[in-house]
Amino acid sequence: MSVLVYTENWDGKFKKLSYELISFAYAIAKELNLPVTALSIGKVEDDELKSLAKYGASKILKLEDDRFESLDNKALSDAVAKAAQKEDAKVVIIASNNEGKAIAPRVSVELDAGMVTNVVGLPVSIDPFVVKKKVFTQKAFANIQINADVKVLTYAHNSFEVIESPVDITLESFDAEIPDSEFHTKVLDTHKVTGKILLTDADIVVSGGRGMKGPENWGILEELADLLGAGLACSRPVADEGWRPHEEHVGQTGKIIAPNVYMAFGISGAIQHLGGVSSSKYIVAINKDPEAPIFQAADYGIVGDNFKVIPQLIEAAKEMKASE
Amino acid sequence: MNFEFTEEQLMIQQAARDYAQRELIQDVLEREEKAEFPARHVKNLAELGFLGMMVPPEYDGGGMDSVSYVLAMEEIAKVDASVAVIMSVNNSLVCFGLNKYANEEQKQKYLKPLARGEVIGAFLLSEPEAGSDATHQYTSAEDKGDYYLLNGTKNWITNGSSASTYIVMAQTHPEKRSHGINAFIVEKDSPGITVGPHENKMGMRSSDTHSVMFTDVKVPKENRIGDDGFGFIFAMKVLEAGRIGIASQALGIASGAFERATSYAKERKAFGTEIINHQSLAFKLSDMAVKIENARNLCLKAAWLKDNHKPITVASAMAKQYAADIAMEVTTEAVQIHGGYGYVKEYHVERLMREAKLTQIYEGTSEIQKIIISRSLIKS
Amino acid sequence: MKILVLISNVPDTTTKVKFTGDNKSFDTTGVQWIINPWDELALTRALELKDAGAVEKITVANVGTKITEPTLRKALAVGADEAIRIDAEPSDAFYVATQLTQVAKDYDLIMAGIESSDYNGSGVGGMLAEMLGINSVSAVSGIEIENGNMTIHRDIDGGSQTLTVPTPLVVVVQKGIAIDPRIPSMRGIMMARKKPLNVVPAVDATPKTTFLNYELPPPKAACKMVDEDNAKELLRLLKEEAKVL
Repeated sequence: MSVLVYTENWDGKFKKLSYELISFAYAIAKELNLPVTALSIGKVEDDELKSLAKYGASKILKLEDDRFESLDNKALSDAVAKAAQKEDAKVVIIASNNEGKAIAPRVSVELDAGMVTNVVGLPVSIDPFVVKKKVFTQKAFANIQINADVKVLTYAHNSFEVIESPVDITLESFDAEIPDSEFHTKVLDTHKVTGKILLTDADIVVSGGRGMKGPENWGILEELADLLGAGLACSRPVADEGWRPHEEHVGQTGKIIAPNVYMAFGISGAIQHLGGVSSSKYIVAINKDPEAPIFQAADYGIVGDNFKVIPQLIEAAKEMKASE
Repeated sequence: MNFEFTEEQLMIQQAARDYAQRELIQDVLEREEKAEFPARHVKNLAELGFLGMMVPPEYDGGGMDSVSYVLAMEEIAKVDASVAVIMSVNNSLVCFGLNKYANEEQKQKYLKPLARGEVIGAFLLSEPEAGSDATHQYTSAEDKGDYYLLNGTKNWITNGSSASTYIVMAQTHPEKRSHGINAFIVEKDSPGITVGPHENKMGMRSSDTHSVMFTDVKVPKENRIGDDGFGFIFAMKVLEAGRIGIASQALGIASGAFERATSYAKERKAFGTEIINHQSLAFKLSDMAVKIENARNLCLKAAWLKDNHKPITVASAMAKQYAADIAMEVTTEAVQIHGGYGYVKEYHVERLMREAKLTQIYEGTSEIQKIIISRSLIKS
Repeated sequence: MKILVLISNVPDTTTKVKFTGDNKSFDTTGVQWIINPWDELALTRALELKDAGAVEKITVANVGTKITEPTLRKALAVGADEAIRIDAEPSDAFYVATQLTQVAKDYDLIMAGIESSDYNGSGVGGMLAEMLGINSVSAVSGIEIENGNMTIHRDIDGGSQTLTVPTPLVVVVQKGIAIDPRIPSMRGIMMARKKPLNVVPAVDATPKTTFLNYELPPPKAACKMVDEDNAKELLRLLKEEAKVL
């Protein structure tokens, strides 16, 4: 028996999210007195795989098979389910990101498991198995009991710390034996966002709203984001007006993000916007309207003119950089 | 008694609310400032069926009841009274009048495109010398055998330049006074029609109000509505029903201002607490809420009577007078609650206050409504 | 091509979230119910495809009690051809997906929103696909059908892809699939009166999870204000007090 973690890799590398997943799994496994097995699919060097041991994974199932690159939901789910069956996994942990959300429901059906998505933090209790998840688009939490023997959890990014718990590790090649006929997804074209910090990964996000007046004023936001190593986001009206691309829109109907700091410039903070950013550890609001609802949600705020404030922040960020 | 709306009525209310909150809100301030006609919105609302809501489907209308119309008008007027008055004139004056009193050929030719909202209509009754007193029509319609010859000037015409179809009241038999008046369907591009300049109004600036001059305009005989001399009764019957539209518009202006004032009072803080917690303000809002509820009930009652083919003269006059008067009171208080913010355009309530004023004036001033109501008391 | 759109009935997204009975259930007093916004976008795209002649029939399905019927009728009013309501309390994603298997077999394309705005489960679409033994694509932000061939766009972590997958297929859609949901027209509302809304009894199934109770997030401390002319102080606070820079 074990706790199985499926972690994807990005061009052969793991990310902080992978280590969060392993740390989270290890904490649960400890309570269940089980070891953690990690499943890795795709080409990852052994040294990189072994890095997972540092956070508590004592076994790696290594599935190197190019066919999975097409992210075929059915085939990938089959592979994860087979690994879980092989390891007799009692808990299967998957990231709550695009890929994780694509396969977790299927895996749960294959394993006759109970599934809870977007789990934040360790189980409230182990017997019965109760976990906490976000509901009502971040406005509340629910405690949910899983009644099935096998549990599938998707883990919400940034809701658990990376904790070092080094263990000995064994690598094992794994063949899920999925026939070609099970792969149906034919990828015609892949467009990777390069050179920019991914919004969903960013620890700091700098975001602009209508109060930025027009697309021509984004230069200073970009400069600030660069200096802070931040991702760049915007509110819905800004994307709708075509000032910024839709992939930057955060909010209930856009990307939902959970950075350490979310800095909102000229965003009033409609409830739909807050729905996408309220899991941020800190919210910073800069707005000329002292009545803007964003200040109700913010931890730090400046009532003032963006065009007076941002240059000062740029200067401060430069000074901060110089002193590092 | 049953105070519940049907599922369809609620769906129509929601549709109007969605359109208003999603689309109208985006450019209402700009259009108001520039006094720009909302052509795009008129087209969209036509496609949704809001311009001929109560016309039966066989004449390409929405086939909905007057209660739905009240609910829709309130939602539109909450955000944009100019669009609401365009809707009201087309629905409850032009389409209603044609549907009820026009003959089959007239309905086929004129009602259908109006109900689809492909073209819009205008109702031409007021004159420079005859506003509230409609019995004296100086515009003349001389019977020339095959056609009538129209001469005269009409004032304060909503949709004056954007309408394609006019309904014009004019005097054919001056000796018969009001019994000599006829109502005509007149195509706006007929030779001899001149549309005066856009009136520079205090509010509802996005609706186009004009005077219209008629100089030897030939109107075919078949375009007269009803029998010879039916025009005055036609106008009165149409206005009677039309009041429900304007009453609902006034209701919407009031409830729009009220919603804004309430949410402002819940957010704005003074003396350490949200201002809604100060009793002087809380009581103001409470009074506003009661007035709006009364106005809504009067509107819905009048609509219900109309849907059930019962007399509406007094009910629609009460709804119009009360809703218009409380719209003025409620919007004034909404500005007061907003303090300095209420006096600047961004916060919408000063606009709503300017819009409210017109509802006390047009389609029968509040005083005219009181005449109607009091006469019914004398008669009874 | 025939499309089935899965519709969840959710509280209006501006609803104030409150709970009753020791926080065991969501307080539905005064709640206005709407089509889950993601499902509504799925339906919008389905309607666009139908307008373009690529789709012959759109069915919407919901697992719920009678209170969800106005939501289904709205879907009919904006243009869906028929509605199915499976008469059951939608207790969890597994239970809902199991119920849907009985009505979902004869469609080329099944569309579901990425999550419901109430329980944020993200489970039903994928589970249904697995139960039906068909493939699925998630995070779908675009669908085009030309000459009967379907091309799908999806978001991947760090980019996007264009792909094809043979039907029958479940697509789980998200932002980008359509822009503005449709507002029902008077004509649509009238026509919805005559369209079928079939009520189907539930099949036996046992949910695999139980909602125990809800918690509201702890109240936030007041916002700490920094002066406009001293904006640099903000970064100092973020670095030294919040320790996030």
